[in-house]
Amino acid sequence: MILIIKLNNRDFPWEEGLTIEKIMEIKNFTFTKIIVKVNGNHIEREDYAATIVNDGDNVEIIHLLAGG
Amino acid sequence: MTIEEAPLEAYDAHILGEQLTEMYADNEEDKRNVAVVTAGTAAEHSRFGILNFTFYDPRRKTTRLKQAGRGGIGTVFRNKKLKALIVKFSNVKGNLNNTFEQSIINKTGIKYHKEIHDQDHLQNNMRKIGTANIIEVMDAYDLLPVMNFQYGSHPDTEKIKSTVFIEKYLTQGVQDGCWYGCSMACAKAADNFLIKTGPYKGHRVTVDGPEYENAAGLGANCAIFDPEGILELNFYCDTYGIDTISFGTATAFAMECYERGIINKEITGGLELNFGNFYSSVELLHQMSKGEGFGTVVGQGVHRMKKLFAKKYEADEEFLFDIGMEQKGLEYSEYGSKESLAQQGGYGLTNKGPQHDEAWLIFMDMVNNQIPTFEDKAEALHYYPMFRTWFGLYGFCKLPWNDIVPADNKYSDEPAKVPEHVQNYLDVVYGVTGKRLTSDEMIIESERVYNFQKIFNIRMGKGLRKDDRIPYRSMAPVTKEEYESRQERYDKQLKEKIGYAPEGMTAEEKMAVLREYREDQYEKLIDAVYKRRGWNSNGVPTLEHLKYLDMELPELIEVIKDLQ
Ligand code: SF4
Repeated sequence: MILIIKLNNRDFPWEEGLTIEKIMEIKNFTFTKIIVKVNGNHIEREDYAATIVNDGDNVEIIHLLAGG
Repeated sequence: MTIEEAPLEAYDAHILGEQLTEMYADNEEDKRNVAVVTAGTAAEHSRFGILNFTFYDPRRKTTRLKQAGRGGIGTVFRNKKLKALIVKFSNVKGNLNNTFEQSIINKTGIKYHKEIHDQDHLQNNMRKIGTANIIEVMDAYDLLPVMNFQYGSHPDTEKIKSTVFIEKYLTQGVQDGCWYGCSMACAKAADNFLIKTGPYKGHRVTVDGPEYENAAGLGANCAIFDPEGILELNFYCDTYGIDTISFGTATAFAMECYERGIINKEITGGLELNFGNFYSSVELLHQMSKGEGFGTVVGQGVHRMKKLFAKKYEADEEFLFDIGMEQKGLEYSEYGSKESLAQQGGYGLTNKGPQHDEAWLIFMDMVNNQIPTFEDKAEALHYYPMFRTWFGLYGFCKLPWNDIVPADNKYSDEPAKVPEHVQNYLDVVYGVTGKRLTSDEMIIESERVYNFQKIFNIRMGKGLRKDDRIPYRSMAPVTKEEYESRQERYDKQLKEKIGYAPEGMTAEEKMAVLREYREDQYEKLIDAVYKRRGWNSNGVPTLEHLKYLDMELPELIEVIKDLQ
């Protein structure tokens, strides 16, 4: 069975030890103006590396740019 | 107001701006009270001439230029034989026009200044690099236009990323506001830049920018991954009075046509227009300036080049329509919209043509997945274009809205709208005029103007559904190479969204299925957006909508009554 989380309301594969930092690395999310929430709770930048994401979590990584 | 003759002065903006500032200022101190609007020599021989606006930079002791007016206003300016428009005015201060309550403006200004001071280095580095901070961001998200929008990233972007400009070219540590006292101060410049070609070869000049659009359009989109090449093209576009975005996109189109053999060296008059050829690109500009050679063909813009290449050189008209990145005669600005349906509408469902200052929804749509349904996208394609039209109504700079956001913006209800900053603008309007507006009223104000413009377009024969058709490259891969560059993504979509099994199918077969799907999606988006904007299925404002906006003017009704 493939374990998944929700990332911005889309399926994303879960793996042991998955953190916010790891997700950002995999997705190449390099933009700095972002909002991160796990199950509705805000995660601060300094906690990205330490925040473990569990199977079934709902992760939102919202990029704030609505204009060029 | 006076009308004067100036036959002896130069035409190119960086010289003429300096000459006229010198001529109209009483002394060095007075130079900051003079602003000069000019075009340039190439504006006369192309259709995408732009206007330059000078401001005197007392630190550098030089006249600087900022550009505005996509769509050929510089061409109109030169066509009317206008050389310059000069404004001289002294003692600009906060309460110059009898402000209603200056303390409100001061309070908002101080709050905002502190916020930029605390946040800029954590967010965007606007004070160090300006808007070019997003070059590498767009590359990382596969959105940077590369080789006429075929691709979204390139390994050589490394050579033109923002830090290269900051470290090697842009003067640091200077408060660079194009408006004296602006807190964000994003109008960066490269000083003492040595020009390598053309009439100013060997001159050391101050080059404004590059803005993101210039680095992307003059650089990546033409595969010119050379910071000095970009700066020189930027300089010549400015001083010759040429819109950098239209030039970048038009040149990228000509380069692709050259690479595909649609045009050749004989047609270009000897220019080798391969992707990456800086010298050919800058030569096009010099030719535009002189009104000669293939530069004047490129200067007609993509819309006319498509027609010319099809008619004169028997090129496949449909293919040219697919790859020619223009709509309503305006060249696309520099973001890839293939993977964001909302942004396809952000470009295609505009009054003026595909530019990004109505709606930039790529992250909201493609990355954040915040507007998944057609109705969600339509709501965004209503709100943002109306909101952003409002800056033009009041003469505000847009950048203090969302380029840097308050530290606690993330806790607000709708962070993408940056509610605190919307309130800043409303507070300033109140402080200046005494008019208290709500955020809903500001949208209605814009809607009135937007619908007026829309009806004007209809009157000029350009405002109906057929005019909102977009080139296929802005919605999906046109060629096999483009498909294969993102094969995994497209194959997945075929399977998951269309229920089509891509295994064993040729690229051509898969592309045909994808095309049908994507074109249908765009049509559905149009339906939803028109409905949200109060227009009928042909893109015409309904009479009820005009009534709702209090805009039942006989002149407007006359244009649309038979199109209901
Ligand atoms: S934020 Fe606006 S007013 Fe300020 S320097 Fe930048 S472009 Fe000019």
